[in-house]
Amino acid sequence: MTELSAHLPQFQHGQMTENFPDNHLSNTNDNSERRRHDNSERRRNDNPGSETNGQPQNNIQQVVDQDEEEDEELTLKYGAKHVIMLFVPVTLCMVVVVATIKSVSFYTRKDGQLIYTPFTEETDTIGQRALNSILNAAIMISVIIVMTILLVVLYKYRCYKVIHGWLIISSLLLLFFFSFIYLGEVFKTYNVAMDYITVALIIWNFGVVGMICIHWKGPLRLQQAYLIMISALMALVFIKYLPEWTAWLILAVISVYDLVAVLCPKGPLRMLVETAQERNETLFPALIYSSTMVWLVNMAEEDPEGQRKASKNSTYDKQAPANQSQNEDAEADDGGFSQEWQQQRDNRIGPIESTPESRAAVQALPSNSQTSEDPEERGVKLGLGDFIFYSVLVGKASATASGDWNTTLACFVAILIHWGFNLEQKDERSPGTVVAKVYDAVISVDGY
Amino acid sequence: MTLAVFFGCTFIAFGPAFSLFLFTIARDPLRIIILIAGSVWGWGPWATSGHRAFFWLVSLLLSSLIWFIAVKASDPHDEPLQKGLLIFGVMFSVLLQEAFRFLYYKLLRKAIEGLVALSEDGCSPISIQQMAYVAGVGFGLMSGAFSMINLLADALGPGTVGIHGDSQLYFLTSAFMTMVLIFLHTFWGILFFHGCENRRWWEIVAVVVMHLAVSGSTFCNPLYVGSLVPSYVLMAIAAVWAYMLSGGSVQNLRRFLLCAQSEASPQPAS
Repeated sequence: MTELSAHLPQFQHGQMTENFPDNHLSNTNDNSERRRHDNSERRRNDNPGSETNGQPQNNIQQVVDQDEEEDEELTLKYGAKHVIMLFVPVTLCMVVVVATIKSVSFYTRKDGQLIYTPFTEETDTIGQRALNSILNAAIMISVIIVMTILLVVLYKYRCYKVIHGWLIISSLLLLFFFSFIYLGEVFKTYNVAMDYITVALIIWNFGVVGMICIHWKGPLRLQQAYLIMISALMALVFIKYLPEWTAWLILAVISVYDLVAVLCPKGPLRMLVETAQERNETLFPALIYSSTMVWLVNMAEEDPEGQRKASKNSTYDKQAPANQSQNEDAEADDGGFSQEWQQQRDNRIGPIESTPESRAAVQALPSNSQTSEDPEERGVKLGLGDFIFYSVLVGKASATASGDWNTTLACFVAILIHWGFNLEQKDERSPGTVVAKVYDAVISVDGY
Repeated sequence: MTLAVFFGCTFIAFGPAFSLFLFTIARDPLRIIILIAGSVWGWGPWATSGHRAFFWLVSLLLSSLIWFIAVKASDPHDEPLQKGLLIFGVMFSVLLQEAFRFLYYKLLRKAIEGLVALSEDGCSPISIQQMAYVAGVGFGLMSGAFSMINLLADALGPGTVGIHGDSQLYFLTSAFMTMVLIFLHTFWGILFFHGCENRRWWEIVAVVVMHLAVSGSTFCNPLYVGSLVPSYVLMAIAAVWAYMLSGGSVQNLRRFLLCAQSEASPQPAS
C-alpha cells in the first residue's frame, strides 16, 4: 500500500488540471442546460425528459424565443425546489469528504506535491511563501485554461473518439485505483485486517458497477451515489496534494475564471456551450448529476460517452507523452470534467442521423401524458465539477482549522448560499457568488 | 460512556429544534432556503433566497473580528481586562446579531414584495409571520450549532469532565443552554419581526434587552442556576408573548387541547 502512495504524486498531475476545466464546463453547461431545460419543460409539455440528455437543443431555440416573464415566474416557483434537490447531494459529498478528512489521517499528511504546483510552501519567510503559492496557482490555472481550450478545440473539430477514450480511462482510474487507495487507508485507520483477494473482489465489483451505472444504464439512486463518491474521491486527492495557500488561491482564481469563461463571448466554456447548442447536442448525463430519472430512450444514447472517453485519453497523450501513468491520471482527472460535454458530443458520435430522429420520436410519444405532468417533477442537473470544487473548499477548511468544527460548518453554510445564488441566476453567474466564496475564504482564515 | 454523553447532549440541544424543523419547515423548500442561507446580495425579486443562518454567521464573523483585534491589542496576562474584553465582545456580538436580524427583516420584506409580484393570485406563498418564525429557527439553529459542535466533538473523545475541579455538569448545562437559546431565537424572531411590521419599537427593544440579559447571565457560570433558570423563565415569557402575537389565545389553546383529546377518544374530555 505504501508503495502505491508514493506513486500518487505523479499520477495526480493530469488529473488536477483536467478536473478544473471540467468543473467549470460542467457547471456552465449545467446551468445553461438547466435553464434551457426549465424553459423547454415549461413550454413543451410533451417533453418529459427535459432533464435527460435526450433533450434536443432545438427545443432550446424555441424556448428562448418565448415569453421571458413566464420564465421568471416559473423559475422563481420551482427554483426553491431545485435548490433543495441539489442541497442533498452536495451536502452528502461534503459530509463524506469532511468525515474522511477528520478520521483518515492519510489525506491530511503531506506526501509531496503535484508537478503542477512545483514550488514548495515550506519556506523561511512569509513573503517567499506567498510568492510560491501565487506561482503555483498561476501554473495550475494556466494548465487548466490550456486544457479547457484543448477540449473545446477537440469538441469543435469533432474528435469525439479522443475524448471518449480519455473519459473512459479517467473514470476507470477513479473508480478502481483511487477507491482502492481510499479503502486501504480506511482499513489502516481502523486497523482492520484484510486480505488481497477480498479487496480485489470488492474493488472489482465496485468499479465495474460504477462504470456501468455512470456510462451506461443503471438505477438512478445508484448512479447518483457513484457520482457523489467519485466527486468525493477527487476532492480528497486535491485536498491532499495541494498545499494550503495554493489551494485557497486556486479556489479564488477558479471562481473568477469561471465567471470569465462563462460570461465572455470568447470564453472557452461559452464557446463550448454554443457549439453544443448549434449541433443540437445535449450535455453528458454520466458526468452530470441528475436528480430525476433519465428518460428511457435516452439511456441508449449514452454509449457514445465511452467513445468520448477514449478520445480524451489520446488527447491527453499528446500533451504528456512522457509518462504513461500521468496520462492515466489525467484521464481520471478528466472524469470530473470532460465527460460532461463529451457525452454531449457522444450523442453526436453515435448514429448521427438517428439521434435527432429518435429524440423527436421520443418527444412525440408521450404527448398526452405530458400535458398532465407537473412541471415541478422536472429535475435539475448539476455538474460534478461543482461538487468537487466545493468539497475541496470545505475539506481544506476542516483539515487546516486544527480540529475546529465551526469553520467547517461556516464554510458549509456559505457554500449552500452559493448554490442558492447559482441556481437563482437566470443566465449568468453573479458577483454574489464570488462574494460567497470570499466569505468562505474569510471564514476559513478566521478559524485558521 | 462518551458516546452516550455525545448523543444525549446532541438530542437535548437540538432535539426540539430539529423536530420543529421536520414538522414545520422541511416540507416547504422556500422555508428551507429562508432558513439556511442568507443572500447578501439582496436586491430585486430574485432575492427570495434570503437565508437566516448566513446573516447570523456574518454578524458572528464581524463581532469575532472585533474581539480578536481587541484581544491581540491588549495584555494577555491581565485577567480582569481579558474578562472585561470578553464581556464587551459578547455585548457587541449581541447588538450586532440583532442588527443583522433587522437587516434580514428588511431583506425578507423585499422578498415578499417580489414573491407577490410574481405569484399568480397576488398573494405571497409565505407570510411575513411564517418568515419570522423560520428566520428565528434558522438563527437559533446556527447559534446553537456554533455553541455546541466543538463541545460535542470533544464529548466523543477520551476524557473526564471537570477533572481539574471545574463543574462536572459542563456538557449537560451547555446542552440545556443551547436548547433554550434556540427556542429564544425563534421567539425573538417572531417578536422582532412583529415589532418591525407594526412599528412597535418597544418590542424590538425588549428583544434586545432580553438577549443581552440572557447572554450576560452566562457570565454567572459555573453557577449554572444563575444562567439557566433566568434563561428558561425568559423563554417562557417570550413563548407566551410570541404565541399571543401570532394570534394565539387561551381559548385557542383550550380548543386545540380539547380537540386533540376528543379526536383521540370518543368520550368527552372533562
